[in-house]
Amino acid sequence: MAHMTAVPALSVEGLTVEFRTRSGIVRALDNVSFSVEKGETIALVGESGSGKSVTAYAVMGILDPAGRVTAGRAMLGGLDLLSAKPSQLADVRGREIAMIFQNPRTALNPIRPVGRQIADVLIRHGNVPRNEAPAQAIEMLRAVGITDPVRRAKAYPFEMSGGMCQRVMIAIALAAKPSLLIADEPTTGLDVTTQAVIMDLVSDLARDLGMATIFITHDLALGGQRSARIVVMHAGHVVEDAPTKELFAHPRHPYTAELIAATPDAAASLDQLASIPGSLPDLRRADLPNCRYSERCPRKIDACVQPLPRPDPGATHIVACWNPLP
Amino acid sequence: MTALAATARHARYVIAENPVTGFAFALFVLIVLAAVFGPHIVPYNPLSSDTAAALQPPNMHHWFGTDQLGRDVFSRVIVATRLDFFIAVASVALVFLMGGLAGVAAGFFGGWTDRIVGRIADTIMAFPLFVLAMGIVAALGNTVQNIVLATAIVNFPLYARIARAEANVRREAGFVEAARLSGNSDWRILACQILPNVFPILVVQMSLTMGYAILNAAGLSFIGLGVRPPTPEWGIMVAEGSAFMVSGEWWNAFFPGAALMIAVFCFNLLGDGLRDMVDPRRRT
Amino acid sequence: MLTMILKRAAMAIPSLIGVVIVTFLLTRALPGDPAAYFAGPAATPQAIQEVRVKLGLDKPLTVQFGRYVDDLAHGNLGTSLTTGQPVVTELRNRLPASAELTLLGLLVSIVIAVPLGILAATRPNSLIDHACRIISTAGVSLPVFFTGLILVYVFYYQLGWAPAPLGRLDVFYNAPPQVTGFYLIDSLIAGDFGTFVASLKQLILPALTLAIFSLAPIARMTRASMLAVLSSDFVRTARASGLSPFTVIVTYAFRNAMLPVITTLGMVFSFLLGANVLVEKVFAWPGIGSYAVEALLASDFAPVQGFVLTMAVMYVAINLMIDVLYGVIDPRVRLEA
Repeated sequence: MAHMTAVPALSVEGLTVEFRTRSGIVRALDNVSFSVEKGETIALVGESGSGKSVTAYAVMGILDPAGRVTAGRAMLGGLDLLSAKPSQLADVRGREIAMIFQNPRTALNPIRPVGRQIADVLIRHGNVPRNEAPAQAIEMLRAVGITDPVRRAKAYPFEMSGGMCQRVMIAIALAAKPSLLIADEPTTGLDVTTQAVIMDLVSDLARDLGMATIFITHDLALGGQRSARIVVMHAGHVVEDAPTKELFAHPRHPYTAELIAATPDAAASLDQLASIPGSLPDLRRADLPNCRYSERCPRKIDACVQPLPRPDPGATHIVACWNPLP
Repeated sequence: MTALAATARHARYVIAENPVTGFAFALFVLIVLAAVFGPHIVPYNPLSSDTAAALQPPNMHHWFGTDQLGRDVFSRVIVATRLDFFIAVASVALVFLMGGLAGVAAGFFGGWTDRIVGRIADTIMAFPLFVLAMGIVAALGNTVQNIVLATAIVNFPLYARIARAEANVRREAGFVEAARLSGNSDWRILACQILPNVFPILVVQMSLTMGYAILNAAGLSFIGLGVRPPTPEWGIMVAEGSAFMVSGEWWNAFFPGAALMIAVFCFNLLGDGLRDMVDPRRRT
Repeated sequence: MLTMILKRAAMAIPSLIGVVIVTFLLTRALPGDPAAYFAGPAATPQAIQEVRVKLGLDKPLTVQFGRYVDDLAHGNLGTSLTTGQPVVTELRNRLPASAELTLLGLLVSIVIAVPLGILAATRPNSLIDHACRIISTAGVSLPVFFTGLILVYVFYYQLGWAPAPLGRLDVFYNAPPQVTGFYLIDSLIAGDFGTFVASLKQLILPALTLAIFSLAPIARMTRASMLAVLSSDFVRTARASGLSPFTVIVTYAFRNAMLPVITTLGMVFSFLLGANVLVEKVFAWPGIGSYAVEALLASDFAPVQGFVLTMAVMYVAINLMIDVLYGVIDPRVRLEA
């Protein structure tokens, strides 16, 4: 929360989400808070099951029907996305806030030409007349780096590679020039070269449009590459929130430190790769501890059973821990 | 816990979860009882006619009324259960043997066996099923055996396909390899290893086919193929009563038709319940 | 596109060959004496022998088969004993009646079942969802001839709303001049509104009977398919892009959900063509189904054989059209990527 004077692009406050399942209630998210400034790029990082995707889905309002938001706000400008009417949400989605997903090929309509899918968004949000939409869609394809966009606009997702499908999804998301983009693991499943290319593409477009971006990833190194700030999540909690350089240089939460140690580095050997002991707690338990990392934390002290400390509103480096690293 | 006890416990769980399946099972028991004991407990002889009492609406003496020959409809409906149930069971047993074996052989051996079974199945499926059944019974003659055969033939492709898919999956399975290595012949593996594994999945289909078999037999009898009067069978009874339906004597055709409906409904529900028991993933 | 159609048509040829072989076996390889079947129950031994020679039934099976195929190629399906007319002619005359009935029944069925399935899927656990599931389960248990009879009893006998089940037209009306053979269409072409209404009145109950019969599988498949598609990744993307609910449900979800429903139509047609025979008997409908049933009762065998063959050929053609329709909608099949 660096620039206190400016209104953030998105401000998530106290988001709590639970899922009703056959085997009990899963407390997927507990009091999640973070914000993204206008034009800022942040990374939301955590292992599988940490709740990072659930956070995004809750903000976008596309949670699975079994999921419910039980507390919190998600302020996009002056609108609380979590209590907005469906018609308001449908207006805002695509126009102000957009999302791209992993597995791009299944995320696109398999029986509709990609140009039309882009045109659908343009017509709905972009104030583009119906007859001009196809031409603009072609321009969008060009902007995301697809060669021969005129021919490709008539193609179907199954005729394109994974990387191209992801570019199409980016085109769809950015067609109405939103002010915030959420990218949920956009490079998972793509080969390494394409990963870098896609990440560059999103960064460049974000910069050109002055668009804020949230990169969701399990890969700490990838998340750190292009974001100004990193928010680390564990088991539905935000455990640390700091500028990227600061986080890597001085991680304060024990989990973040373990995460950094477990991240493969070009110089490190396999022997030096650490693994994080223990596993995520079962989120269906009624007796979940206040700190969900405490049961596997090497720095646990008696004070850790109390509720997590409230974050200091003015701080740039937030840690949810009673015994952080110095 | 023995396999039987485990199955029984699972069955109890499914029935408790889904009372509709329990209801269907109770109904099934009722039908079996009617089929087995029906002819012994009905008040009237289903074949004895009494023209003086013809076409009486349902009353205290004749719960379902009497037909145009003065026969008691209630007795005829109950007694007909045995024939229709027999036709259903026989058809299903026959198609399980024919289709199950052919399909399992096709899936296990592949090659020419697979191609031939596939061709036969495709040819059967090129016909609208009831029309093919009509053709078979018309060609071979108006008997109950031919109705059973026609129903079995018409359902052959479905059973062959299911059995083939299951056999294909298990062909490379570990326990098959183990059996082969310990010297079992292919046929032995087929009979002892693969067929028992395929059976549960086919059982679900068999319950559904029983419903279809009854409808098929009734339909054929309705147009004059198969069962002939005065034998009591639900389809024929509806056919005989249809002329009177138009002039208001509804009980003739209604009760056998309702019995048909209830029996088929019961088998369908049972099939759905069995499917939940055998493979919860396939629930709709 | 054309290549796809030709490929599909080529795949239908083995089916047609199979159909011809099976119908040949059914009629020529009968137990007992096929000649007696074709000569009829009242024939003398001498007449039977004449028929045997005339139909070549004394020749070896391969020769008979060759003759059979040759006859078929020339459109010769034999002659009816009871009417003395060529089977082909009678089938051709009566086909429009069956077609009109079946197509109208299917149309009514789709118009009810598809929206029902869509609504059931978009409003899970609502009243409409439960109604859909009940209809789907109960619908397959109803014997089609029973439904027809109940409808006649309720709507004709009790309520008097529907006319007597005596065929395509009341005695007071004449058939419209033949263009397609469909009374509904032909009467409109001739501008004869009275006949149009009269034909429609006769059509309602039998078409409704067929519709009720095919409602269940179509509604069930539509609901299941829509449910699956509504939770798919690309519908999630469409929602996340803020597309209007109509666009999401109709343009994105429904078009994809229709694909399995179209495949189901093949099976539905198999049932419909069979149910047609039963409905024609209940309503005294002068189509090819009742033609075959009447011939059966009189032990007149050539019409039955012609009927089975015609139905099978039509069914193969219908399946071909369904395959092509599927390919039109799903580019993955069309472009054979």
